[in-house]
Amino acid sequence: MRIINRKPSRLTALALGLLPFVATIIGYAIASHYRRLDNPADKLLPSLESIGQAFWRMAAIPDRRSGDLLLWVDTFDSLWRLGTGMAVSTLLALSLGIAIGFIPHVRSALAPYLATFSLIPPITILPILFITFGLGEMAKIALIVIGTAPVMIRSTAQAVLDIPREMIIKAETLGASVWQMTVRLVIPQVLPKMITALRMGLVPAWIFLISAEAIASTTGLGYRIFLVRRYLAMDVILPYVVWITLLAFLLDRALLLLSRRSFQWHHLGSDAL
Amino acid sequence: MTGSPDIKLSVRGLEKSYDRTPILERVELDVESGSFCTIVGASGCGKSTFLRMLLSQELPTRGEILLDGHALPDEPTPDRGIVFQKYSVFSHLTVSENLILASELERAPFAGRLFGVKRRQAREEISELLQRIGLSAAADKYPAQLSGGMQQRLAIAQALAKKPSILLLDEPFGALDPGIRLDMHELLLGLWNELGMTIFMVTHDIHEAFKLGTRLLVFDKIRHDPQVPEAYGATITYDLPLATPLTELTQGPEQIASAIGLPGQSDKTNTMTS
Repeated sequence: MRIINRKPSRLTALALGLLPFVATIIGYAIASHYRRLDNPADKLLPSLESIGQAFWRMAAIPDRRSGDLLLWVDTFDSLWRLGTGMAVSTLLALSLGIAIGFIPHVRSALAPYLATFSLIPPITILPILFITFGLGEMAKIALIVIGTAPVMIRSTAQAVLDIPREMIIKAETLGASVWQMTVRLVIPQVLPKMITALRMGLVPAWIFLISAEAIASTTGLGYRIFLVRRYLAMDVILPYVVWITLLAFLLDRALLLLSRRSFQWHHLGSDAL
Repeated sequence: MTGSPDIKLSVRGLEKSYDRTPILERVELDVESGSFCTIVGASGCGKSTFLRMLLSQELPTRGEILLDGHALPDEPTPDRGIVFQKYSVFSHLTVSENLILASELERAPFAGRLFGVKRRQAREEISELLQRIGLSAAADKYPAQLSGGMQQRLAIAQALAKKPSILLLDEPFGALDPGIRLDMHELLLGLWNELGMTIFMVTHDIHEAFKLGTRLLVFDKIRHDPQVPEAYGATITYDLPLATPLTELTQGPEQIASAIGLPGQSDKTNTMTS
């Protein structure tokens, strides 16, 4: 049989999926082993064991100075910033995106402005934000919003435009007002795509979060890895990177699951990644 | 003529062009209340454009359309129901939700949604209708889970929810199998006999047009400029009364089909091309 027609069983698929992960860990362990043969105090590729110890220290042993469990404080603060920023972006995308997509006059007024605004590299605005809002939470959240909202608004507006015109006309012939069409047709049709936009938006959101924390912060996952960088503490940086990746992955899966549960009709056709 | 009581819809000097390219020109029509007008024509002749203007989805470039003697509103309204070939029903609502939507919109101006007892009431009101269109067992399924024929039955039932005096159908059965089409014809004729609305149906199946309609409208170009094929628009070239026992059919489907270059020799070739 041709290879394009051969489908892996569930178990094979799982094993194949795990393979690259396992290979990476083994590859790392081997490289680390040989580096430490030369220099037992090597900082660049610490052993898996010392990485585990460092992670345990961050997660379970109170910090000597502050008495906090650093990993959890960092995680909570970062997720709070990310969550607040993305919540604001989502609300903006829903309100402005639907207005732009549904009402031609609003579209004419805002679409060109938004297209221009979304081209500003958000990180260049960071100094402005620090000057305006100070070095507190506000500037970091604002960076996430500025970095993600324009794209999310645009993709929501596009999702509204993609609703088949037939459905909107049908709603009109059923006597729906603009408001009724918004709550019964446009929002339900757009929400699943909104979740996709949110999942896509989370990728740059993490970048902006870590960048803002790296530059000016006293807590947060990004702050921590840039802090311990000074001591070449790869045993802390590496598990933190894995931890951040895991958080991002879990968030993404949770959103996908939410979409499948809440918008069953949307997932009836072919399935995406 | 316009003031005559049984004239449901009149079209006067209708013209439609896109970017100065005329699609329709000099369309004149009076349709009596309760007629079933079938509209045929070669593809691109403007028959769907004509239907969209009857719906106010598009506005005439020139001329006017009068409904009960008054100019049509310039946006779609509940007095004219519509069934499209696809996307007619709401994909995010189940069959029963699609059917109760019209009454939800009417009774809940702000939320557009009924809850609790009222919702149950609305669902009970449609149970007979569900039976009628054979979708009782599929009441809680989404349109994507239904066959094409079931979706169109739902679309027709939904279009009639506001009791429109005019029902517009834009190639509603174009994507269906021949057997399913026959069932749909029966359903549609039954509803028409019962409710007595005026129907305009665009189709590319000339036999369907002859079978269902009381009046056949053929759209075609009468003026041709061989150098500039798009110089002139189409208009109504044949306007035949059908299916009344007193009128002798002077032209059958085959003649009409060959006159406008549509396939119409037999049902078989017709389904092949459709």
